[in-house]
Amino acid sequence: MPNFFLDNSDIQFLFDHVDLEELARIQEAGAENGDADYVPLDEADAVDDYRGILGIVGQVAAETIAPSAERVDAEGNTLNEDGTVTLHPLVRENLKQLAQADLTGFTLPRNYGGLNCPNLIYTMATEIISRADGSMMNLFGLQGIAETINAFAGKEIKDEVLPRFARGEVTGAMVLTEPDAGSDLQAVRLRAYQDGGGNWFLSGVKRFITNGCGDILLTMARSEPEIADGRGLSLFISERSEKVKVRHLEDKLGIHGSPTCELVYQDTPARLIGRRKLGLTTYVLSLMNGARVSIAAQSLGIAESAYRLARTYAHTRQQFGGPIERLPAVAEMVTDMQIAIEAARALTYETSRVCDRQNNNLRMLQAIPEADGDEKMRRTKLRIQHKRLAGMLTPMSKYYTSEMCVRVAGTAVQVLGGSGYMKDYAAQRHLRDARITTIYEGTSQLQIVAAVRGVTSGVFKTYCEQLEENQHNDPLLAELKEKLVACKEQVLEAVAFLKGKGTAYLDLSGRQIVDAAIVVIVGHLLLGQGATNDRKKRVARRLIESQLPVLHMNCQHVLSGDTSPLDEYDLLAEPVPANE
Amino acid sequence: MVGFVPYRSIVCVKQVPDTANVTAEAMKEDGTVNRAALPTVFNPEDLHALEAALELRDAHGGMVTALSMGPPKAADVLRECLYRGADRGILITDRRAAASDTLATSYILSQAIRKIGDYDFVFCGRQAIDGDTAQVGPQCAEKLGITQVTYLERIVDVSDGVVRIRRNIGLGWELVEASLPVLVTVLETANRPRPRAAKRMIRFKRARVRSELAGEFRKQMAEAKAEPEMPGAPFGQIAEWFDESGLLIDQWSLEEIGADLARCGLPGSPTKVHRIQAIVLTKEGYTQVAASNEGIRRLVHELVVDRTLG
Ligand SMILES: Cc1cc2nc3c(=O)[nH]c(=O)nc-3n(C[C@H](O)[C@H](O)[C@H](O)COP(=O)(O)OP(=O)(O)OC[C@H]3O[C@@H](n4cnc5c(N)ncnc54)[C@H](O)[C@@H]3O)c2cc1C
Repeated sequence: MPNFFLDNSDIQFLFDHVDLEELARIQEAGAENGDADYVPLDEADAVDDYRGILGIVGQVAAETIAPSAERVDAEGNTLNEDGTVTLHPLVRENLKQLAQADLTGFTLPRNYGGLNCPNLIYTMATEIISRADGSMMNLFGLQGIAETINAFAGKEIKDEVLPRFARGEVTGAMVLTEPDAGSDLQAVRLRAYQDGGGNWFLSGVKRFITNGCGDILLTMARSEPEIADGRGLSLFISERSEKVKVRHLEDKLGIHGSPTCELVYQDTPARLIGRRKLGLTTYVLSLMNGARVSIAAQSLGIAESAYRLARTYAHTRQQFGGPIERLPAVAEMVTDMQIAIEAARALTYETSRVCDRQNNNLRMLQAIPEADGDEKMRRTKLRIQHKRLAGMLTPMSKYYTSEMCVRVAGTAVQVLGGSGYMKDYAAQRHLRDARITTIYEGTSQLQIVAAVRGVTSGVFKTYCEQLEENQHNDPLLAELKEKLVACKEQVLEAVAFLKGKGTAYLDLSGRQIVDAAIVVIVGHLLLGQGATNDRKKRVARRLIESQLPVLHMNCQHVLSGDTSPLDEYDLLAEPVPANE
Repeated sequence: MVGFVPYRSIVCVKQVPDTANVTAEAMKEDGTVNRAALPTVFNPEDLHALEAALELRDAHGGMVTALSMGPPKAADVLRECLYRGADRGILITDRRAAASDTLATSYILSQAIRKIGDYDFVFCGRQAIDGDTAQVGPQCAEKLGITQVTYLERIVDVSDGVVRIRRNIGLGWELVEASLPVLVTVLETANRPRPRAAKRMIRFKRARVRSELAGEFRKQMAEAKAEPEMPGAPFGQIAEWFDESGLLIDQWSLEEIGADLARCGLPGSPTKVHRIQAIVLTKEGYTQVAASNEGIRRLVHELVVDRTLG
């Protein structure tokens, strides 16, 4: 019986390496269980449940989702004349199995029928599903909608909608993007207005909406026409109805199983989530933070799948009298792919763990009685720390892992040579699926903008110092750690230089400085893994030794102060082509 | 709901050696199977039988009871049934049932089914991967004196005590009608078994048959001896707690199902394995037969001569 959880030695390793009992402890403290009869007895029992749950995910992924991926990619979903969408039958079957397996309320509290899993376990699950079919993750991953409702909606809406999500009866969509509001979400125009009775309605157009044909739409709309920026936006919930139609189903490069819709709202009844004006600034930012970790997980899964294909091919394909994996160039491609995946996984899982601490602290903070001032103070302090760290690590993970995914998927095609270019092999599908990961949920460029703040504001420094507290007895690990400490200094030197240079140069150098900072962080995380595992020591060594020169290069690049892409744009870019 | 009739189903499931993952230790020196060295699995076609029963319950309501015969460890397959949605599990476990052939097994199962009593459907997998006989299901039906429909592919509909079933007959299918109760054997192509439901797994991972509980209790007692401070509840109290929590899987002995011991285990099994021979089929050329009456006549003649027919 194939199982994508059990057959993945790195996920297995991390499952044991991360202190899941500690995670379970904070996740279960004060959990809202209602009268659920599936509550763990203690932390160890909860971890045993996580293992069991991921085992189910691994089985559904391997036995049901993976075998359907090729057909789903070839055939896609269908837009009907009446503005509804029919999902591919195999996509529907996959959704049915996920619902039957109780995997559709993954992180929701038990009183709503959820599994109350920590984000880290959800991240692992998302990766496993994505390995089976990158596009299936988009539907699985939209559980973030339910999470957002749980975090911000009133009790009435929660009671009404969340159990339906948990039972797998409904799927949702996160409806933000418009033709003129992509990266710049402050420009959202879709109108929200009230009738005399205070009921809300939505009118306007949204595009590029994943599963816009779903049952529950979380829509960001302008409720305050007099406020032009993000503070004029609120978040609304509405049910699929005649009043919101799919006008167009996008014909995409990849993730064909995931329907991407253009939506037309015509006086669509809606209900306000939380408070007015907090739509973008609070709710959507939170929703997107979770979704960014999910896309990192999707990237891991697609890369893992591409890698496995390339690894097998390199072993079996014979040229020059032996398997191509014996050729140095191929050996390097293969090992670097695997190490890149492990490095990105280390960062993503660590981010997820930090998010868990953040979410649970916030939950506890809200439950503290007014009287307990000390505890409130302590948790408020923690909240600020978590927020700053998650605010840096989340965009770093999304950026680093999605870029890794595109690179690994490209390399996999290269390892397969001409076969990789043919539709007969899945390598081309992985490459097409991979390509979206650096674009949606905020492009890589936007992730960098967000991450750079953390690198320049002291979060990076503080976090590194914390990572440096790990003492390594092993001489190799100790030596590598010293190198990382020196690297951090180099990054901080470049940061100091940047600070004197103004925002345009900061934006221009964002990629270099963030790349350099990530190498230091990932290096430390891998050293931590190496402390308990000999192979991981070698992985850490290879990653650090191969990336240090790149880090030096990036820091030097920053220190060069070269602004020609800005100053000499017209000259270097040449005029806009006349007939494009 | 109008016309809502809940059906009571029994599914026979078996734990079998995993013949797909056989290792070198799988065979003993004397050529017999070394069961201890083989990993065990849920007999694949029984999963489809379970799914057929669960789908029937999804559509009409009712109750699904999973029934197995085997050592206490076979409770694994009953837990698996509970994870996937079965309402109840029953294990017939008794040393005197060991070495039962299909005749004895079907006798024991039919006795248990009688004891369960009211039922409309008995679902069996077509065959088990260890024996490959496909006999137990049909023999059970005979002993129970109920209709049997083998090779079920789909339950088309069921109403007024009559079920219509589409069964696979190799190169095609036929639609049959049977009055309830009925025993069916289910093919792999009938459905796609649902996965475990996470919440049920979390709940029922603790479900045990009495023998398992006793084993765990003994182990704990031994450990407790080393650590005398450890408090321990008496066994009866533990078993009661499991029962009250719905976590006690029924365990029946041969006496409890009123079985005649002479018809069980070795004494009740007339099958004697005389010799095991590995046969490799090889193809030696072919003959083309003209599509005429004469051609067909010659073909039939040839098949009769080499005893393929008749
Ligand atoms: C398949 C698919 C599914 C999607 N699903 C959803 C969904 O479910 N819900 C939803 O709301 N949206 C969805 N989107 C929209 C997606 O989030 C946007 O496409 C994305 O945010 C980029 O916006 P844009 O396409 O308008 O590009 P633009 O914003 O026009 O960006 C074009 C280029 O400019 C760069 N750029 C823009 N601003 C900056 C900046 N400040 N600094 C540096 N570079 C910048 C970008 O990085 C990019 O390279 C989906 C898109 C796709 C393709």
